[in-house]
Amino acid sequence: MPMMHETLILVVGLAAVLTTASLVAGILSWRAPKPLSSTLVNLNQRINAWWVMVVAITVAFFFGRSGMTILFALISFAALREFVTLTHSRRSDHWVLLGMFGIIIPFQYWLVWTAWYGLFTIFIPVYCFLLMPAITALHGDTERFLERVSAQQWAVMISVYCVSHVPALLTLEVPGFEGRNLLLIAFLIITVQGSDVLQYIFGKLFGRHLMSPKVSPSKTWEGLVGGLATSSLLGALLSFLTPFSPLQAAGVAFIACLMGFLGGLVASAIKRDQGVKDWGHLIEGHGGMMDRADSLVFAAPVFFHTVRYIWT
Amino acid sequence: MSKLGERTFTLLQTVTSVGLSALAWAVTGVRPIWNGSQPSDRQRIYFANHASHGDFILLSACLSEKQRARTHAVAAADYWGKSRLRRFIAQDMLSSVLIQRQWTDEAQNPISIMLSVLDEGHSLIIFPEGTRNMTDEPLLPFRSGLYNLSMARPDVELIPCWIENMSRVLPKGQFVPVPLLCRVVFGAPIAIAPDEERRAFLDRARETLLALNPRPLRGD
Repeated sequence: MPMMHETLILVVGLAAVLTTASLVAGILSWRAPKPLSSTLVNLNQRINAWWVMVVAITVAFFFGRSGMTILFALISFAALREFVTLTHSRRSDHWVLLGMFGIIIPFQYWLVWTAWYGLFTIFIPVYCFLLMPAITALHGDTERFLERVSAQQWAVMISVYCVSHVPALLTLEVPGFEGRNLLLIAFLIITVQGSDVLQYIFGKLFGRHLMSPKVSPSKTWEGLVGGLATSSLLGALLSFLTPFSPLQAAGVAFIACLMGFLGGLVASAIKRDQGVKDWGHLIEGHGGMMDRADSLVFAAPVFFHTVRYIWT
Repeated sequence: MSKLGERTFTLLQTVTSVGLSALAWAVTGVRPIWNGSQPSDRQRIYFANHASHGDFILLSACLSEKQRARTHAVAAADYWGKSRLRRFIAQDMLSSVLIQRQWTDEAQNPISIMLSVLDEGHSLIIFPEGTRNMTDEPLLPFRSGLYNLSMARPDVELIPCWIENMSRVLPKGQFVPVPLLCRVVFGAPIAIAPDEERRAFLDRARETLLALNPRPLRGD
């Protein structure tokens, strides 16, 4: 395996970080008064879920392109299910909804698998964009038409199109980086998810000024600045995984994490609008798949096109 | 029925119930929310809103294997008894209790049939609206069965169960389910108050069930 060295460092590094987190949470829980406060229970659940997620991604990593494509197709399935559940639909939308799960997800990921870049980029924003409302109109049910159609467009754009840009990183041909694209996925996921955690920690420690109290009660300027600065630094430290220089890696990580922040903000606004706190209950302690993936959803396409434009 | 015949019978029903529960979970991620009652081996009548064939599958997926084996859905004989295949699915695979919605012969009296199941110590799942609700109303008026059963067997707990989203997963007339998240909310048991009239009780039962809907203002 050409990336054995880097893979080993990643696996050991992630295991070390999670072990430390589990130890700290274990000691905190052991010393805290019983029954445990909800914050501590949630912290323990979150860390345990992180173990599961890291193991799942690591397993997919070892199966290479097929593993990653299947893993992210499943993530799209879970995210799309949460999105469609939350938004309004009517009985006449049945076949369009079925098509989103049964045709759009498999076809989009088949395009990723075969590296058909041209169709991959336009299948959903052009063909699905035009054909889905056409099918709805043919059914003749015009009640709240624009609202239903828009929710369907958003659902596939967010949960399928954007998410599919993560495994699509494997199709990029960066000169001098052949056969190592899986590491780009690792770089993206670690910086963006790391940024979520770092923003949360900085927000808890230093958060004073709420950024958008109407949208999210937990996002602060201090959390954002601290999180972005440290995750850009993390990106620079991880530049050995990538074709980037340390400075470039910091810049790319900064852009990805800023997009990730905006993704979380938009996801919060949608949840607020629909009157729910979480997207679902798939991941114990975190909420649904979209609660964990919202930042990745916004970061992935921009990261993909940044790398594609500058490095290929 | 011979001993061997009986055992294969149970095996078919066990395989069906485990298979359907697994399928229900894969498609809808179904999760019970015990909001006022707890899982229990007590004899119960679960009553729920009805919009889809999937409703009772979802509800039974929320019960333990043990409870499921002795809980039977009440279904309409004029629909499920129509063909051999339907009757096989309803009775032999799903162990449902078939009743006539329109009956003349006393032997077909639905209340007697349901009471005989209760008297064997089993629990029931009933849909008091009497049919799948296809209107924009969240819940149709209740028919009398719930009242009659509870008058006859007041010791059996009546548990209201709100089944969320199933009408969107598998609407009437469709056979391929759309994967959407579903929850089943189990509320506190209700009972007929002393001197409570039939209609008053049925309306109160309906209100109790409606109040369990976790997202009532969405307008679906």
